[in-house]
Amino acid sequence: MIGPVIGVLYDGFAYGMLLFLLSVGMSVTLGMMNFVNLAHCAFGMLGGFVTVTLINKFGWPFLATLPVAFLAAAAVSVVLERILFRRFYRSGDLDQCLLTIGVVFMSIAIAAYTFGTEQQPVRLPSWIRGSVLIGGQNFGVYRAFLIVVALAVTAVLVGALEYTRFGARVRAAVDNQRMARGLGINVDWIFALTFALGSGLAGLGGSLAIEVVGLDHSFALTYLIYVLIVVSLGGMGSIGGTFAAAVLLGVSDIAGKYYVPQVSAFLIYVLMVGLLMWRPIGLFGKR
Amino acid sequence: MSLATPADIGPTEFLAARARWRPVEIVFWLAAITPYFIAADYLQLAGQILITGLFALSLDLILGYAGIVSLGHAAFFGLGAYATGIASKHGWGEPLTGLLIGGLVAGVVGFGASFIVARFRGLALIMITLGLDQIVAEAANSMGWLTGGADGLQGVKTWPILGLFRFDLYGVTAYWYALIVTFLFFLLVRRMVNSPFGLSLQGIRENSTRMLAIGARNHAHVRTVFTIAAFIAGVAGALLTETTETVSLETLSFQRSADVLVMLILGGVGQLYGGLVGALIYMVARDQFSDINPQYWYFWIGLLLVAVVVFLPNGIVGGVKKLGGLLGRRGT
Repeated sequence: MIGPVIGVLYDGFAYGMLLFLLSVGMSVTLGMMNFVNLAHCAFGMLGGFVTVTLINKFGWPFLATLPVAFLAAAAVSVVLERILFRRFYRSGDLDQCLLTIGVVFMSIAIAAYTFGTEQQPVRLPSWIRGSVLIGGQNFGVYRAFLIVVALAVTAVLVGALEYTRFGARVRAAVDNQRMARGLGINVDWIFALTFALGSGLAGLGGSLAIEVVGLDHSFALTYLIYVLIVVSLGGMGSIGGTFAAAVLLGVSDIAGKYYVPQVSAFLIYVLMVGLLMWRPIGLFGKR
Repeated sequence: MSLATPADIGPTEFLAARARWRPVEIVFWLAAITPYFIAADYLQLAGQILITGLFALSLDLILGYAGIVSLGHAAFFGLGAYATGIASKHGWGEPLTGLLIGGLVAGVVGFGASFIVARFRGLALIMITLGLDQIVAEAANSMGWLTGGADGLQGVKTWPILGLFRFDLYGVTAYWYALIVTFLFFLLVRRMVNSPFGLSLQGIRENSTRMLAIGARNHAHVRTVFTIAAFIAGVAGALLTETTETVSLETLSFQRSADVLVMLILGGVGQLYGGLVGALIYMVARDQFSDINPQYWYFWIGLLLVAVVVFLPNGIVGGVKKLGGLLGRRGT
């Protein structure tokens, strides 16, 4: 009885870490600029395809592709932000949704055109694919790797936000954008950097997701719903909230699929609607 | 014409001026019957466009007039589609009462949901509507004995309309049927948004706090309009079931909710014709681009979306109106 519980918690936590990487950038940009970036997962998809291409075409080792995926997603996102998105920070939510969903549609078509519509195969090194037996319980090595990477990213992120000058500026901009501007903080510049960082993390999440959930051309839309759930539950702009919501969603999704497979998807949405009705600003949201 | 305020001309005249039919509207509805004469091969598509347009119109009622952003409106479309389909499968395929069944089922559920919807705004509301839609979709998926599950509902048979007009293979009957039903509901919606009730909805959209201050019952208004919109969405779903004689889970999907929102914003929010124009452009584009290259049409619709946001903030209908305004001013 204990065995499956630990396994489910372990897999669920690892899945939650993946969701956290995919959504933390969106949460911060939404909190800072009130910009609804539905194209966030498109950057995740971009990271995934960078990894696939580097491994399958150029024979790169898996680990070496991860930083490239991060940088590629960050670079493309900041170009889009500078030439397109920044014009719409003052527009209504609907215009922002429409604009970014347009970008999602284009990214899906481009991915289908370039890579086809089938699931992308990727071969990971053998050391990462096995599992370890501890106390009669199998633990997948890849999931442990995922958890370590995500926890490291979280530690760096929280540390940078709490203890650096840049972090202080980001927090100021999230808390009160106008006041931050009044104090002479260049919010646009801070935002561009944060946007690039968040998209880069999504790119990293997209690469790491291939082994767990697969990658195809519709990734940008499929995972958008999960990311939106995490962001709205966590409360926008809150890293801790995003982390908690991602773990909650990851564990309940895996537990639901394990124990009550017929109604698992049902449970996720009931959980989300219930929690949002209880706390519309998210579990840890401030406004 | 829209510059006159109630203070200038009195409330009754103000409302009457708003409700007056403009020549371009008559041209629009005359144009809606031209496919029968010039594009007989496309009547099936025209029927589908009208049904989707009616669905988008119901979304316009809550989004464009009451300002409620819903990412789960397909729930009511699908409920209507399934209710009518299940009634037909069990021996009641009469089309007009079928529409009523679909509308009522969607309307009753919409009335229940409206108590939740009226209390929330912003991102929470978007996610709650999305969640409610997914709950309905999952329920339909798991109740295979009733809905046919992932295989879709089989065995739907629609009787001839009024016992006279049989549904044919070329979609002629379906086209006229969809056109007349859509037009009647359009009249209803048009009457409603130009009534005092419609004005208070727009007040809620613009500034809900101030509406409360002048004594409007915001929640009651929102509940009413949401229920009506759910009813109309259900009727649109029922129309789809009756004309295609099948129901799939796709009618409840997130994809359909998102598509209809895209169509509406493409056409223009809060302008009555936005949904119909958006559905027309979206579905014709999909039809044409899919012919060329089935997988890549998303690129063009995406580009169209970005272009509309960048260049036409009020959608296509808004852009045409502005153009008309410019030309009119130059003429006088």
